[in-house]
Amino acid sequence: MSKPKTIIDKIWDRHVVHKEENKPDLIYIDLQLVHEVTSPQAFEGLRMKGRRVRRPDRTFATMDHNVPTIARHIINDPISKKQMETLQKNCEEFEVPLADINHPDQGIVHVIGPELGLTQPGKTIVCGDSHTSTHGAFGALAFGIGTSEVEHVLATQTLWQAPPKTMNVKVNGRLSPAITAKDLILAIIAKFGVRFGTGYVLEYTGEAIRDLSMEQRMTICNMSIEAGARAGLISPDETTFNYLKGRRHVPKDEEFDQAVAEWSALATDAEATYDAMVEIDANEVEPQVTWGTNPSMCIPVSATIPAPESAKTDASKEEIERALEYMGLEANKPISSVTIEHVFIGSCTNSRISDLRRAAKVVEGKTVHTGVRAMVVPGSQSVKLVAESEGLDKVFTEAGFEWRDAGCSMCLAMNDDIVPPGERCASTSNRNFEGRQGNGARTHLVSPEMAAAAAIEGRFVDVRTYLTTPV
Amino acid sequence: MEPIRKHKGLVYPINRSNIDTDQIIPKQFLKRIERQGFGQFLFYNWRFDDDGNERSDFSLNDTKYDGASILVAGENFGCGSSREHAPWALQDYGFKVIIASSFADIFYNNCVKNGILPIQLTEEQTSELVKKAEGEPFTLSVDLENQVVFDDAGFEASFEIINYLREMLLNGWDEIAVTLTHEDKISTFENTKA
Repeated sequence: MSKPKTIIDKIWDRHVVHKEENKPDLIYIDLQLVHEVTSPQAFEGLRMKGRRVRRPDRTFATMDHNVPTIARHIINDPISKKQMETLQKNCEEFEVPLADINHPDQGIVHVIGPELGLTQPGKTIVCGDSHTSTHGAFGALAFGIGTSEVEHVLATQTLWQAPPKTMNVKVNGRLSPAITAKDLILAIIAKFGVRFGTGYVLEYTGEAIRDLSMEQRMTICNMSIEAGARAGLISPDETTFNYLKGRRHVPKDEEFDQAVAEWSALATDAEATYDAMVEIDANEVEPQVTWGTNPSMCIPVSATIPAPESAKTDASKEEIERALEYMGLEANKPISSVTIEHVFIGSCTNSRISDLRRAAKVVEGKTVHTGVRAMVVPGSQSVKLVAESEGLDKVFTEAGFEWRDAGCSMCLAMNDDIVPPGERCASTSNRNFEGRQGNGARTHLVSPEMAAAAAIEGRFVDVRTYLTTPV
Repeated sequence: MEPIRKHKGLVYPINRSNIDTDQIIPKQFLKRIERQGFGQFLFYNWRFDDDGNERSDFSLNDTKYDGASILVAGENFGCGSSREHAPWALQDYGFKVIIASSFADIFYNNCVKNGILPIQLTEEQTSELVKKAEGEPFTLSVDLENQVVFDDAGFEASFEIINYLREMLLNGWDEIAVTLTHEDKISTFENTKA
């Protein structure tokens, strides 16, 4: 019998095009996703050298970062407009399929890839976007790249990469009811820091991970990069196959059965070993709220804001002081006493239909707190349609939320969806960096349920005590 | 890409860890479709106030660092977004070498692809360099061929870089042209395995 392998090693070995001593491996890329912000210079590079896109059929583009989420036929910013027109023009010239702003498939690139069935187990997937790790939820090896590498993949469908080190992120036990994947991944990053994954590909394992739906698994893998890991993945199983069945780009009938057999064989072998391992107990995870300016600056909603003197290894005393100052927070106060002015439910972390359903359940029949501006931005136009068919848009708008079109929106505030300086936002996105949601904006990362409850109460509350029925 | 072999330059120290690419270049400047011209936006929110005036409390605005070409920082430099606009901004501003006690993976790669040399030293070494550069104008020499960093006062540190990336920097390769010499293997792979 051959040596037991992790899924990471299996995918790698199947994609090596060329191996040479003292060089990284040349690996084949099965799918490249493209968006308007990190691609124009790559296409221009091809043009300048007279190169073509090697495999337009393995390339798929959409517009997400810059798009307006309201009155979307009017793009006020001429530079944004030009960037989107440039993508349109490049896709026409190089014959790359594009879901543009008017296309029913348009949405956040990491939402639509899985939705359309482009994302499949065992694939190597890249995109000029660090949250490409999301697609790892399907047992794909998916990672973010820079624009030079985007150009390289467009031209050659390959990348030079050293084989990654592997890390098992083992989640023992089970999550309590009403604790979400978002709480789990925030708790993992809070425990091990923002750089424990640097240089590794993470595989999330354990019973609590197996229990998660595909959409929750995407939330976990999405934030691998916030732990420093370019990629994070989960071995595929029945949950994966059931999600994929019937999607547009997924094989059908007998071919599907054959694909499932191949996909099943990808899962990490029982005796396989990793280069490193970390462990966390799922049952100790509570609803999380970030208080600082990186995702590891995170505490349970029942806790108090840390004092600089409590500095651990990952954040120094100076870093805590600086973060508290930027965030306008006082040490030792309960995080539940912090009031907010904005709520953003959206982003490639938490904008899928199940995220919206769970948030709607919290909101139903209630009213957004006075002085709070709350917004729901579905991850794709098709998520939006499904939500509307279920009446979720009504639940949100009747409570006082704004109901928008799909895009990255307030996660990075490249369009007009911006948090003003000094104001505070409960956000379901993935980064609480300084200025991320607008210059001077203060971001607190939470789950969709926690964001919904914060919208109603105007401050952070423990969603477990807030809900009368389990979500 | 311009080759880089040896470099001697003024050091700018920034004594912080986890400097993310959102700080290096904020999102409002990512809408341009060119590779050039991002230097003016480097560390924008730290360098300028709301009215666009230079902040006196941000050290890069100190004239003693005018012309700096080597940046020294703490751990996890370049974390977060994969935006290559970050190395483009650093390079356009004049930085040719970035020294840190650790780098984020994507950022590190992005530097090399643009001919910026990222050098990982120990925390002790970066702290020493930060301290020196915070005082009088401080010049450092970098020799990529021999993988060593040194000053005129006895500081010397060797550094690791994988050979392939070292060669790429030394020669200023067009990586796509290199890869296309393996075109036959890519085609064979596509015909048999992909």
